[in-house]
Amino acid sequence: MTAISAGATGRLRAWTSTVAAGRGRSNDLSFLPVLAALAIIWLVFGTMNENFISPANLTNLTLQIAATGTIAVGVVLVLLIGEIDLSVGALSGFAAGVMAVLNVRAGVPGLVAILAAVALGVAVGVFNGLWITRTAVPSFVVTLAGLLAWQGALLAVLGGTGTLNITDPGITRLAQGFLPAWLSWVVLVVVILAVAAGSVRQRQRRIAKGLGVPSPAWTLLRVAIAAGVGSGAVAVLNSDRGVPYALVLLLGLIVVFDTMIRRTRLGRHIMSVGGNAEAARRAGINVNGVRVFVFAAAGGAAALGGVVAASRLFAVNQSSGSGDLLLNAIAAAVIGGTSLFGGRGSVWAALLGALVIGSISNGMDLLGYVTSVKFLVTGAVLLLSVTVDARARERRRRAGGPA
Amino acid sequence: MTPAAALANDRQAPGTGSYLRLTGASKSYGAVRALDGVDLELRAGEVTALVGDNGAGKSTLVKALAGVHALDTGDFVIDGRPTTIASPHDAVAQGIATVYQDLALCENLDVVANLYLGQEPRNGRGRLLDEEEMESNARRLLDELAVRTLASVRTAVAALSGGQRQTVAIARALIGTPRVMLLDEPTAALGVAQTAQVLELIRRLRDRGIAVLVISHNLGDVFKVADRAVVLRLGALAGEYRIAATNQDEIVAAITGADVRNQNERNHA
Repeated sequence: MTAISAGATGRLRAWTSTVAAGRGRSNDLSFLPVLAALAIIWLVFGTMNENFISPANLTNLTLQIAATGTIAVGVVLVLLIGEIDLSVGALSGFAAGVMAVLNVRAGVPGLVAILAAVALGVAVGVFNGLWITRTAVPSFVVTLAGLLAWQGALLAVLGGTGTLNITDPGITRLAQGFLPAWLSWVVLVVVILAVAAGSVRQRQRRIAKGLGVPSPAWTLLRVAIAAGVGSGAVAVLNSDRGVPYALVLLLGLIVVFDTMIRRTRLGRHIMSVGGNAEAARRAGINVNGVRVFVFAAAGGAAALGGVVAASRLFAVNQSSGSGDLLLNAIAAAVIGGTSLFGGRGSVWAALLGALVIGSISNGMDLLGYVTSVKFLVTGAVLLLSVTVDARARERRRRAGGPA
Repeated sequence: MTPAAALANDRQAPGTGSYLRLTGASKSYGAVRALDGVDLELRAGEVTALVGDNGAGKSTLVKALAGVHALDTGDFVIDGRPTTIASPHDAVAQGIATVYQDLALCENLDVVANLYLGQEPRNGRGRLLDEEEMESNARRLLDELAVRTLASVRTAVAALSGGQRQTVAIARALIGTPRVMLLDEPTAALGVAQTAQVLELIRRLRDRGIAVLVISHNLGDVFKVADRAVVLRLGALAGEYRIAATNQDEIVAAITGADVRNQNERNHA
C-alpha cells in the first residue's frame, strides 16, 4: 500500500517536473489546491441552493469580488517581495473619496476623477515605499500608520456631509455596466487567438534553440482549456446581464501584472527580492527601487479597487474602504496561493482567492447564514490555506537543505 | 559573446603568466591592522589557495579584490595595466568574479533565472525576457562544465543539494566571462562526494585559463586542487609555497607561526 502510493507520488512528481521543464515554468500546478477548494465550495453551495450557480447570481458574484480582487492584485505584488501593505483598504476609501469630491463637488469629468484617484494611490504607494526603504521602518508599521491616517483623510475630504452620491455614468458604469454580448465574444476570440499564437511562437523559439518542447497535444490542451473556461464564463454571464466592465478591468489588470512578473526583467527582479534580497542586491539589482515600485503599484491597485467599490455603491461614505475589505484582500492573495514569506505566488491568486472568499460569502448569504458564521468559515479557510503554504515551505526546506 | 564562446577564448591562452598583481596591500579597521603590506599574484590557468587562521586577513583581502571594501593602500596591476578597484562594479569590470560562502542564490527561482539574475537578456522584439536564449546558454554552460547532476535547468534552487548550489553559484559567476574567480570556502558545507565534484569543477575552471583564488580551511582540499598556497598570518604574508614542493606540516607551521623543527622536537620530546 505504502509502496504503491510512494510509486504514484514519484510518478506524479516526475510528470510535474517534465511538464514544468517543457513549459519553461515551474509553478504551473500550484493553482491546483485553490481550484480544488473552489470546485468543492461551488459543489456544496450549488447542491444546497440551486440559485447559487444561476447566471444572475454568478454575475452578482463577479461584481461582489471585483473591488476586493482589484485591491488583492496589489497585495499579491507586495507579498511577493516579502512585505505587507495594511493601508490598501483605507487608501482605497480615501482615493474614492477624492474621486467623489472632484466629480460631485468640483464637477470634474468622471474619467479624469478616476485617473486622479489612481494617481493619488500611486503617490501614496511611492511615499510608503520611500519611507520603508529610507528609514528601515518595517512595512507592517508604516502601512499600519497609513491604515489609520487615510481613514482620517477620507473623513476630512468628505467633510460634514458624510456621504457623497455618485451619479456620473462615467464612474457608475464601471460596476453597473456590462459589455455588449457581441463585444464580449470578440474580445474572448482575440484573447484566445493571442494565447494560441503565443504558445505556438514559444514552441518555435524553443525548437529553434534545440530545447525540449511539450507534446503538441499538451499545448493544444492548454489552449483548449483556456478557450473552454473563457467561453463558458462569457456564455453564463451573457445569459444574464453580460460581462461586467469591472470584471474586464480586473482581468486586464491581472494579465498586465502577471505578464510583468513572469516575462519582464522588473518582474524577475521582484521575485528575486522576495526570494533573497541580499542575493538580488549583489546581482546589481536596485532592491529599494523595486520595493518602491511595488508599493506604488499596490497603491494604484488599491485606489482602482476603491473606485470600483464606489461605482458599485453609487456613493462614497465614511465607511468606504473600512470593514473587512483590507482583510479580505489580503486573505484573497494568500488563499489564492501567494506565500506570506515572499518570492512565491502568482498574480492570478488575486482572482482565485477573491472568488473563494466571495463564493463563501455569497453562498452563505443565499442559505441565510448570519455574518458571524460567514466570518468564522472564512477565517477557517484562511487558516487552512496559510497552513498549506507553511507546510509546503517546510517540506521544500527539508528536501533542499545542504546534504 | 556567449559564455561558452568566452570560455573557448580563455582556453586558448592558459597559464600565460600573471593576470592580477597586488602589491603592498594594507587595511586597518580602527586600531586593528587587518592587512599589512601583503603582495598577491594570480596567474591565468592556476589555482591559488589562500590559507590562514581566523583573523589572518583572508576575508579582508578577498573583499578588497571583490571591491566590497577598498584598501587603505595597495597597487593593482591587472592584465598588465595599473588600475584601482573601488567598488564591486570595478571588480566585475576588471573580470573578477566572486562566489561568496553563502552563495547568494534565490531559492525560489530556478537555475536559469539564478544564472542570469541581474543581467537577463531580452528578445529584440519587445521588452520581454528571452527565456529560450537563457535556457539554451545555461544548458551549454553546464554541459561544458560537465555538470551532470542537474536533472533540469528549470529546477528551483530550493530543491538542489549543497554541492549543486555551489555549482550553480560558480556557473553564475562564469556568465560574466571572468578572468579571475574568487571562491570563498567552496567546500565548507559539503559532504565527501560533493566536495570532490566541486574540486573537479575548480580544476575545470583552471583548465579554461581562469585565475582561481580559493579560500579554504581544509588543507586536504588545498593539496588536492591548488597549484600554489599563499599563507597569511596576522595580516601579513607568512609564506608562499608551490604545492608540489611542500607538505601540510610546512603550511600548518606557516599558518600558526611555529617553526617546523621546533614543533617536531617538541612532538618527540
